[in-house]
Amino acid sequence: MLAYIIRRLMIMVPTLLGVTVIVFLMLHATPGDPAELLLGERATEKALHEVREHLGLNEPLHVQYGLFLRRLMKGDLGETIWTRQKVWTEVKQRFPATIELALVALFISCFAGMILGIISATKQYSVFDYVSMLGALAGVSMPIFWLGLVFMLIFSLNLGWLPLSGRLSIDVDLDIITNFYILDAILTRNWPAFKDAVWHIIMPAVTLSTIPTAIVARMTRSAMLDVLRQDYIKTAKAKGLSRLKVIFKHALRNAMIPVVTTIGLQFGVLLGGAILTETIFAWPGVGKWMYDAVMQRDYMVIQGGTLFIAALFVIINLCVDVLYAVINPRISVQ
Amino acid sequence: MSSASNPYDRHPFFEQLGQLWRNKTAILGLFIITGFILVAILAPVLSPHDPVATSLYDQLKPPVWHETGTWNHILGTDELGRDTLSRIIYGARVSLTVAIVSVGIAFTLGTLLGCISGYYKGIVDSLIMRVMDMILAFPYLLLAIVVVAYLGPSLQNAMMAIGITYVPRFARIVRGSVLEECEKDYVMAARAVGARDMRIIFINILPNCLGPLIVQTTLSMASAILDAAALSFLGLGAQPPTPEWGGMIARSRALILRASWVMTFPGIAILLAVLGFNLLGDGLRDALDPRLRD
Repeated sequence: MLAYIIRRLMIMVPTLLGVTVIVFLMLHATPGDPAELLLGERATEKALHEVREHLGLNEPLHVQYGLFLRRLMKGDLGETIWTRQKVWTEVKQRFPATIELALVALFISCFAGMILGIISATKQYSVFDYVSMLGALAGVSMPIFWLGLVFMLIFSLNLGWLPLSGRLSIDVDLDIITNFYILDAILTRNWPAFKDAVWHIIMPAVTLSTIPTAIVARMTRSAMLDVLRQDYIKTAKAKGLSRLKVIFKHALRNAMIPVVTTIGLQFGVLLGGAILTETIFAWPGVGKWMYDAVMQRDYMVIQGGTLFIAALFVIINLCVDVLYAVINPRISVQ
Repeated sequence: MSSASNPYDRHPFFEQLGQLWRNKTAILGLFIITGFILVAILAPVLSPHDPVATSLYDQLKPPVWHETGTWNHILGTDELGRDTLSRIIYGARVSLTVAIVSVGIAFTLGTLLGCISGYYKGIVDSLIMRVMDMILAFPYLLLAIVVVAYLGPSLQNAMMAIGITYVPRFARIVRGSVLEECEKDYVMAARAVGARDMRIIFINILPNCLGPLIVQTTLSMASAILDAAALSFLGLGAQPPTPEWGGMIARSRALILRASWVMTFPGIAILLAVLGFNLLGDGLRDALDPRLRD
């Protein structure tokens, strides 16, 4: 097991280096002057010169990459162009909001997706099966930025059930500890703030969970169908075990193995989808920040944000692989 | 000798296509896609108005079933008085182009890299596959957004960015199939009669990998339409006044309360087009490659 984890860690290093190469090349090898790209067309010659000196833009490309990597090792992602803040500080400030949203969305998609999949598989070819699988197919095909707006229109603007956007109402006080608002509200036993934070997260999280829910439902259904056909399930039924026990204790356990992989893969969808969801619901996370940076052409933020999200994604994938090996010991032997 | 033993004469590919006809969801998908393609081709004939012609007099007209709606603008008009139906019809052209061009880029590059990787193995293989891993290290949509952010927002750049991010899917599938096929006797036989590498790869091996490749192409077209709409929604794809579905939704955000129909219909159009390709892709997968079923 340990050998497997170490091997996976070793594979992760070149991937992470590759990510830095791609992000580096985007700024430094695209046509045009990087300094001008960073400072805008109206920058003074003096400012341009300073940036060139600071980033070593007059050096050959490989030396520049060395400098870039060295700064990166020290946790220096540079400064934002407009607000002159440390990019790393800004990332740290914003990423709990994104993780909070992604985790709630992941929870929704696991829960809803698996229940839909299990019922569909046990009642194959029933009306429920057809409807939920058609729904899942529609879910996979859903433009979530549009769905988010439709939700806003219905549940917020017309029915008034849920808040329109943001993480917390202005009139609600919350002492920030971890920047995960729901967690902070629980830690400080601030129940009005807890309710408000949960109310705020419902719409964005459901929107973000649409595609993963659909994928998990489809995966669970087909994995369950595969398992339910096997002989040991017939044996379990023949022994006279109750239907629920057969499904949950015998079938689900083996069906879970491919489902867990699928769930792990959904992090990528969630992190990418967060840019769309956060933009629509004005959710102050890394995604919205990246979007604003793209609009303002703040390339330091784009660079830092991309590096951070990609690195996070690579690390999450590693954790999923290790978790997968724990569930399914056959993997780590290979 | 070579024509008699040519492996793809007997390839079950065409038999499998027959199975597709028995798959109802796939036929539904095919139906939607055919409609979508017809709308795109016949756009000038079908659309009642010029999709970019503005009219101050016709601003924000509601759809026909609304009390004040008229048959002149069946799905209403937007804030500049442009006919929503016409814009959606012309939008089909943009989305179809995006699907074909970006998946075309990914297909060509991916197949080429996959073939080289799987056939030559060794250091070339590791090198290509590591580069693919790097691309896959970015969550979906992020890389495309960033690439367009650097290249500048335009439909061409969006298509290119989407194409690049889809290359690994194709490269991996082709590489796997080529690796598998290379072990078979017919490849050795082709080598023995002195066929050149290029001939072996493209004439002998590649047709045998076609099944999964077709499935991936169809499913990728679905996600390309979705991703391009998302990029345009973020202002990074098609620029105004191009009638593009994602862009139409973006500009209607401000009107969400006053004129919700401006936002509603382009979304339904995206959903339908993507659903069509997904339905067909699913059906093809069941027919051509049962092992790949999710």
